[in-house]
Amino acid sequence: MEMTAAQQAMDPDAVIVVQDLTMAYGDFVIQHDLNFSIQRGEIFIVMGGSGCGKTTLLHHLIGLKQPARGQVLFDGTSYWESPPEVQQRIKRSFGMSFQSGALWSSLTLAENVALPLGEYTDLGAAEIAEVVSLKLALVGLAGFEDFYPAEISGGMHKRAALARAMALDPEILFFDEPSAGLDPISSRRLDDLILELRDNLGTTIVVVTHELASIFTIGDNSVFLDLEARTITASGDPKTLRDASPVPAVRRFLNRGET
Amino acid sequence: MPGKLSIEFPTTDHLQLVLAGSWLLKNSPPQAGDVEQQLTAHGDIRNISIDAKGITDWDTGLLIFLARVYRLADRQNIDIDPAGLPDGARRMLALAKAVSPKEGTGKHGEEAPLLQRIGLLALSMWRAGPEMLHFLGEITLSFGRLVRGKAQYRRADLLLLIQDVGPQSLPIIALVSFLVGIIVAYMGAVQLAQFGAQIYIANLVGLGMTREMGALMTGVIMSGRTGAAFAAQLGTMQVNEEIDAFRTLGVNPTDFLVLPRMLALILVMPALVLYSDIVGITGGMFVAVTAFDISTFEYYQQTLRSMEWTHIWGGVVKGTIYAILIAFAGCLRGMQCGRSAEAVGAATTSAVVTSILFIVIAGAVLTVLYQHLGI
Repeated sequence: MEMTAAQQAMDPDAVIVVQDLTMAYGDFVIQHDLNFSIQRGEIFIVMGGSGCGKTTLLHHLIGLKQPARGQVLFDGTSYWESPPEVQQRIKRSFGMSFQSGALWSSLTLAENVALPLGEYTDLGAAEIAEVVSLKLALVGLAGFEDFYPAEISGGMHKRAALARAMALDPEILFFDEPSAGLDPISSRRLDDLILELRDNLGTTIVVVTHELASIFTIGDNSVFLDLEARTITASGDPKTLRDASPVPAVRRFLNRGET
Repeated sequence: MPGKLSIEFPTTDHLQLVLAGSWLLKNSPPQAGDVEQQLTAHGDIRNISIDAKGITDWDTGLLIFLARVYRLADRQNIDIDPAGLPDGARRMLALAKAVSPKEGTGKHGEEAPLLQRIGLLALSMWRAGPEMLHFLGEITLSFGRLVRGKAQYRRADLLLLIQDVGPQSLPIIALVSFLVGIIVAYMGAVQLAQFGAQIYIANLVGLGMTREMGALMTGVIMSGRTGAAFAAQLGTMQVNEEIDAFRTLGVNPTDFLVLPRMLALILVMPALVLYSDIVGITGGMFVAVTAFDISTFEYYQQTLRSMEWTHIWGGVVKGTIYAILIAFAGCLRGMQCGRSAEAVGAATTSAVVTSILFIVIAGAVLTVLYQHLGI
């Protein structure tokens, strides 16, 4: 099941390789010795109980937090050993949707989605407006272009944040609990959207979630972060893990506490 | 090969779009403008079909083109046969159309005419008065409950606030007051030296600091340091729904949050004003001793001779009134804060502007009043 770090580094299809990653706040170790790789075009799920460090792991992957030990490699390039220009280039291939949206409150939804397009593409204002409308429509927010984040609901926040994350058609999309706070229909539509993005645009998608329905619908591969052991105790296709994981805690998690 | 679009007419009422090449957004694929022209030129078109077999790769660039064509066709009641589209693109377009656009939000309206905007502004200013009075009323009720021992607040919060408002603002007050003392002394000394009356620097600085400058400078510092902090704290709590949580619990947020803040500032302010007076007088003494040849003892004696208790408590009363106004403005703007990060910034700015405005008005009124009362 587990590959060695060296094997993973040679894996040609891996977009992201995490090697011996230890995450800590000062002396307090949250998770240690994490090793996994994420393949191109894969929908990769990070799961685990509340407070086990899922969001922290995501923050390490997108370069917001520096690992206490270990490496995060993008196409074989170590993020933290690269000069700032290279880090900037790597970051440009990401889109991130934060847990509570993180929309810029002084900008309308359209301006929120347009900002990355204006900064990093040569598109004219009319084209940007088209792209913005399309992205908002894709997350079910057509017609909300001129609303400010303070004027829309929590679930809409989340979806608008997805639209912003998708603005540049990034190679890798990171979602932090995308479906928490969404109604079942929106949540289902979001899963469809994630699958379409992967199938049509070849986007690699990393999702932190504990929405079981969603995990089984979209997940190709996963890691389970254990709160007690403070490391990965299982990895692989979540459906297989649910039925046949040798680790009882993982089976319990994926079967809503029933084994 | 970059994206290519050719438009064909198999029959007179049928338009065919032939798409080929790479339709990636970064390669600026063709826009739907040509299609629009053709549709206006040939008003009898009833069907559009799309042949996309030649497309090598695509992303949002293709989707925005198609979305535009669909919108054009919708407007003119033209059928589109999506059969020739890549499956993925068809599914993504379906997703984009799964939720119908929100309409009638009034968000697309043009800017209101000037007169209307002036009217709205006037109305909102007119409403600000009652809101302020309402808040004043709530605070008064809250103080009433405090006196009867029924106010719901935590002593520990009050003590923490007192520490934050009082001891922690001593350094900045010392710095500003000392410099003000020096400035007043220098300004006066240059004039007084012409008559050989440098010793009266002590009177000037003593009176100036105790009657006006001590209270005024402390007031301005506290409005920037503490009033702004009150507005930002309460505003952030408003954003996080913490104030709603208090209301739901039946805890009066005015008692729990506003009352201790008002109390802390009002209790601490007299001491801060006295402190500012003393530091300012020391600043004046520093100038007199170093630059104008007056001994420390002389200056001290002269200060004592010129000083009356009314000067001192007159200044302290002024400062305390400023404290009430600063805490009121800070808490008012914090409680009125909207629900976004930007609103917190606006509330903080407004708190400082309001409290400085209050201070200036109150200062002027009190100075005139003191004059008439002979204080």
